[in-house]
Amino acid sequence: MPPVIDEEKCVGCGTCAQICPLDVLKYHKETRTVTVRYPDECWHCRACAIDCPKGAIQLRYPLSHMLLHMDAPTIRREELE
Amino acid sequence: MIEIDKTILDCDVLVVGGGIAGLMAAIAAADQGIKVIVAEKCDTRRSGSGCTGNDHFMCYIPEVHGSVDDFYQTIKMSQAGRIFDKTLVMKFINRSFEVVQDWEKWGIEMRPTGKWEFLGHAFPGRMRIHLKYNGENQKAVLTQEALKRGVKIENKTAITDYLVEGGKIVGAIGLDISKMQPKMKLFRAKSVISTTGNTSRLYPSITGAWMFNTADCPSSAANGRAAAYRAGAALTNLELPTLFAGPKYFVRSGKATWIGLLKDSKGTALSPFINKPNKELGDVTADIWPGVFTDKYKDGTGPVYMDCSEIDKADMDYMMWAFKCEGVTSLVDAMQKQNIDLHKHMVEFAKYEPTMFGAGIEIDENGSTSVSGLYAAGDEVGNFRTGGIPGAAVYGRIAGESAAAYTKNIEFSSNIAQHPLVQKRQEFFNELLERKTGATWKELNTAVQQIMSDYASVTFVRSETLLSAGYKYLCDLEQYAYQTVKCENSHELMRALESFDLLLFGKLLCLAARERKETRGMHRRSDYTFTNPLLDGMLLTVKQGKDGEAELNWRATY
Repeated sequence: MPPVIDEEKCVGCGTCAQICPLDVLKYHKETRTVTVRYPDECWHCRACAIDCPKGAIQLRYPLSHMLLHMDAPTIRREELE
Repeated sequence: MIEIDKTILDCDVLVVGGGIAGLMAAIAAADQGIKVIVAEKCDTRRSGSGCTGNDHFMCYIPEVHGSVDDFYQTIKMSQAGRIFDKTLVMKFINRSFEVVQDWEKWGIEMRPTGKWEFLGHAFPGRMRIHLKYNGENQKAVLTQEALKRGVKIENKTAITDYLVEGGKIVGAIGLDISKMQPKMKLFRAKSVISTTGNTSRLYPSITGAWMFNTADCPSSAANGRAAAYRAGAALTNLELPTLFAGPKYFVRSGKATWIGLLKDSKGTALSPFINKPNKELGDVTADIWPGVFTDKYKDGTGPVYMDCSEIDKADMDYMMWAFKCEGVTSLVDAMQKQNIDLHKHMVEFAKYEPTMFGAGIEIDENGSTSVSGLYAAGDEVGNFRTGGIPGAAVYGRIAGESAAAYTKNIEFSSNIAQHPLVQKRQEFFNELLERKTGATWKELNTAVQQIMSDYASVTFVRSETLLSAGYKYLCDLEQYAYQTVKCENSHELMRALESFDLLLFGKLLCLAARERKETRGMHRRSDYTFTNPLLDGMLLTVKQGKDGEAELNWRATY
């Protein structure tokens, strides 16, 4: 579930649901809560996390998005020496 | 029956899509003192591919660059295999600095270091044409400028169709997605400016299961191109795809923000131009050698990595700051969460799925399409391309000015609600919403992607037989999907209509690719493996003929 909302910090302003470019989040006016309605459609742009006035949103990146990396050759050379 | 809002929204100019091109068009049109509405499916403060930022703006400053012809040649050099109209590029060049100065005045940092700095995306010894800027607040700033001028912004409104009467634009059909229950919204407009971005989700993402893992905004799904085509406008360059590259499996724009060298698995630099990373040039290898990643895979020396470990601390800090300007803080966040340190680690890079950036609506130098009153700008334009954001900003402004001038002598149509297309679309939307069982939009979108990937391929080859089969399969899919797709709510209806638009665009792409009987750039034909010099500078356009069939035409660039 890509955007993870900290319910302790969330004040229910609905900003994240309003600005999400993919319409992933839904704001429920009556309860002043937000749900992640379409997690598969998250672009991981972090707009919600950046604009949240309370810093209540973290992004969790799917395992399929894991960045593939290796030690750089400069490091490998140092290790060899 | 899906409800149609009784209030018809009137405006001189309706801008479809509130991205960079759309907001710039709205600002320019409103400056002429006319009534402007922007319809945006999300929210203009964060929508589209310029959502969280950008850090390079192609811009010509006479005092910095000198000869405008040299500037043009440099652009041309970086667009290997592309065909475009020079007149449009020259107009862009000559008006780019004026836009940059306005953006600075409005509060976007166009010279964060205090001077006009041109860095990255460059060849050694050649002119540098990309202004380094900080675009992280660009969408909020442009939204404010539009509102200040009295532009009305209709967020959560997806436009599905442009309405034409007597060969002229008279309005558009929209879909209100702000509530679960969708509602149709009608716009009566003297002019429409189509600015709906790229064609994300046409081909499968590098992460099959995650369709929304795309370089450009996944909401930009060929809607403007499809609506413009149905309204009678010509599309062009559909057969010539673009492939972006970047960190493998974490699909992001902003390759040029990286200060490092592309290396093979042994650590050998691949650049024919530089052997030490530097922020002045960046590594343009993948720009001129888009096949580098697959070539290295095939010859057994892959994978290919981006190695930033040789840059000093100051340049590393600078790059981290630039990632923020570019709006890719998610990449930085993900690297931190995975303990990746670019001083020590190199990250694998790959090419992403094809996008149709620089393949779409044909415009003239005023941003006008072949339909009276219909204008287009930004990523969805086909015969002009100069980097996503700057091209969108400058041509958005030009289209806004032209549309405003056009509306001066035009009367409103009286009868939008009675337009035959309104009823036709209402019936169709209704079928999708009332079906008790059926296919989801995602099934349709996946089916489109499978056919595009296998029959209008970029990874492998294209041929007469493959493209003909692909076209036939897409036609079959369209008919099948008309009878089976089912939507539960407004969000699903929006996604389903996007998928139908992608399907239509895919069909036209197959026809165009079949017609270009040569190999050019990433359009590789196994039955025509050569580049035909007679087709240099020849644009292929497609528009709807009188019988409803697609008509293909060749024309020379101007």
